[in-house]
Amino acid sequence: MDLLNEIFVSPFGLMFDIPDLLIQTIWEGFVSGVLYALIALGFVLIYKASGVFNFAQGIMVVFAALTLVGLYALGIPAWLALLLTLGVMALLAIGVERFVLRPLVGQNDAILLMATIGLTLFLKGAGESIFGGEPKSMITTELGLPTGVSDWEVFGGRVSFQHLDIAAVVIATIMVIGLAVFFSKTRIGRALRAVADDHQAALSVGISLNQIWAIVWFAAGIVALVTGIMWGARSDVSFALEVIALKALAVLILGGFTSIPGAIVGGLIIGIGEKVFEVYWGGLFGGGVEAWFAYVLALIFLLFRPQGLFGEKIIERV
Amino acid sequence: MFYREAGQFKTNYRADQAIFPILQDRIGLGLILVVAFVVIPLVGGDFFIKSMMIPFLILSLAAIGLNILTGYCGQLSLGTGAFMGVGAYSCYKLFTFFPEVNIIIHILLSGFFAAGVGIIFGLPSLRIKGLYLAITTLAAQFFLEWAFIRIPWLYNYNDSGAIDATSPTLFGYPIDPASGNPIHIYLIVLSIVVVLTWVASNVIRGRIGRSWMMIRDMDIAAELMGIKPLNAKLSAFAMSSYYCGVSGAMMVFLWLGSAEVESFNINISFQVLFMIIIGGMGSLIGCFMGAAFIFILPILIRAFPVAMGIDIGASTVEHFTQLIIGTLIIVFLIMEPHGLARLWQIGKEKLRNWPFPYG
Repeated sequence: MDLLNEIFVSPFGLMFDIPDLLIQTIWEGFVSGVLYALIALGFVLIYKASGVFNFAQGIMVVFAALTLVGLYALGIPAWLALLLTLGVMALLAIGVERFVLRPLVGQNDAILLMATIGLTLFLKGAGESIFGGEPKSMITTELGLPTGVSDWEVFGGRVSFQHLDIAAVVIATIMVIGLAVFFSKTRIGRALRAVADDHQAALSVGISLNQIWAIVWFAAGIVALVTGIMWGARSDVSFALEVIALKALAVLILGGFTSIPGAIVGGLIIGIGEKVFEVYWGGLFGGGVEAWFAYVLALIFLLFRPQGLFGEKIIERV
Repeated sequence: MFYREAGQFKTNYRADQAIFPILQDRIGLGLILVVAFVVIPLVGGDFFIKSMMIPFLILSLAAIGLNILTGYCGQLSLGTGAFMGVGAYSCYKLFTFFPEVNIIIHILLSGFFAAGVGIIFGLPSLRIKGLYLAITTLAAQFFLEWAFIRIPWLYNYNDSGAIDATSPTLFGYPIDPASGNPIHIYLIVLSIVVVLTWVASNVIRGRIGRSWMMIRDMDIAAELMGIKPLNAKLSAFAMSSYYCGVSGAMMVFLWLGSAEVESFNINISFQVLFMIIIGGMGSLIGCFMGAAFIFILPILIRAFPVAMGIDIGASTVEHFTQLIIGTLIIVFLIMEPHGLARLWQIGKEKLRNWPFPYG
């Protein structure tokens, strides 16, 4: 009886008693959800265009952020460092297309996944060799990102919003809108969608698959850079981020592998869900449930709706 | 020339179905066993046996476990580390409850707990496959890691949160890694690994193993031919987890001496996965080659700058190792998807045809 009370009654009572805590929790979850969604977005972009499950997206986030911080540490001004980092990500995209994807074309999914795990290790080793393995702090103010806190008096309590978090949400929104416009209005965007639909048909109307893959990896690189800046500004730039990035895999299960709205909604559900669950129900499990909540939710989801919330097709049943 | 089956006639079915039908293979295996059981304990130094051979054998066993699941049954798993952890923690609990029972029995029994957990986390494989399954095994990894920290009963409520081998003995000899004689420990590990490898090779050759391979190659066709996916997949999960569990238990009790949850984190899952990619998916000898490669490569990379007289830090070596292993994985997947085992096979073929270009 006590247990039922702990599960079904008292958490909701707590939510009503201290509404500002609830709002704060949801906001925190929302912000980390946006960041999960951004990582998942990088996965979806690549998966749609090339059918490759890019395990290295998480490490690309770290790599991009490290490059930016590393270049700035060399004395290059922030805006130039940003441009140079974009250049590095473009080179990475071309390199991946040329040396990993092209020779492996037509292999099955598992082989491609393992190749991206190899790429993860490569990028990790490269990043650590060049920039060192110790955590670094993101150049937040130099990039013109706001810092500071606003408090909002509500229901007799107080909810605080980090300006940085607000900026992260705004920038993420702008980027998603930008990507949506790019996909639907431009020539390259249409080619990308054609490739996503059907590789062979796209080839037959004269779209170069190699070029499209390089572009899509570059787009994922840009998403990775933005994610890296945001995440790096919230904590610091270190390879610990990589484990957090694995949560984006759970987001993908929720949202479906091929759906951009799915990635966003899935990210928000996981972000908010795990924070709320941790705060209100975590005590039942002895805390620390954030580590596995996302995966277990994904596992349950898989049993009932394997194609995800917005997945296009039902995946192969066994 | 050196290696041919010409003239080796089989006169009964038993001989025809032997694991090693060719005389040279039997001689080769005999030589390897003699070297492993007699020469290495006699010649090898303490360091060599303790920090190279024992970990190599233990990791090879984990690689065999993963290869059963991924290489033979085609179910990609990223939860190897967690299954090894289940073996280690259950061995620790068994040892706490029954300290007077032979430690080898505990190690072999603890694999069954890992197998049980493996079956539970293998259940989703009945509905999903491929990348989706890989993510559910990630769920196993993170959930079990959390359980190892948050359930204090598992580590007997001690403050450090670590499990340690509290000086087990075997026939009166201490065999914990700190005070035991490395040669004794080595021989125990070697015997367990040899016996389990022999069991695995026979299971894979038999009915169950062939049903795994049918599921891997084409699950629908396998089902039409009367293979039950439920039995095939869950038995693969169970056997794979059993091997990983035994390997994890040996890791704590015969190699590290004590372990925390970090010893079983996602990195070891990846490490074992790299072993079977580089060694060769669907090959037992590949497991040993891959384990040797992944385990010994960092040692060589560490030794190289010292030999050249260049002074670089330990962390730099670590980073270079990652860089090189990452590159090698991609190169292997592109150039030789069947790994070192395939190179071994090509080498054997060359020996057989020599001095002619083909046979």
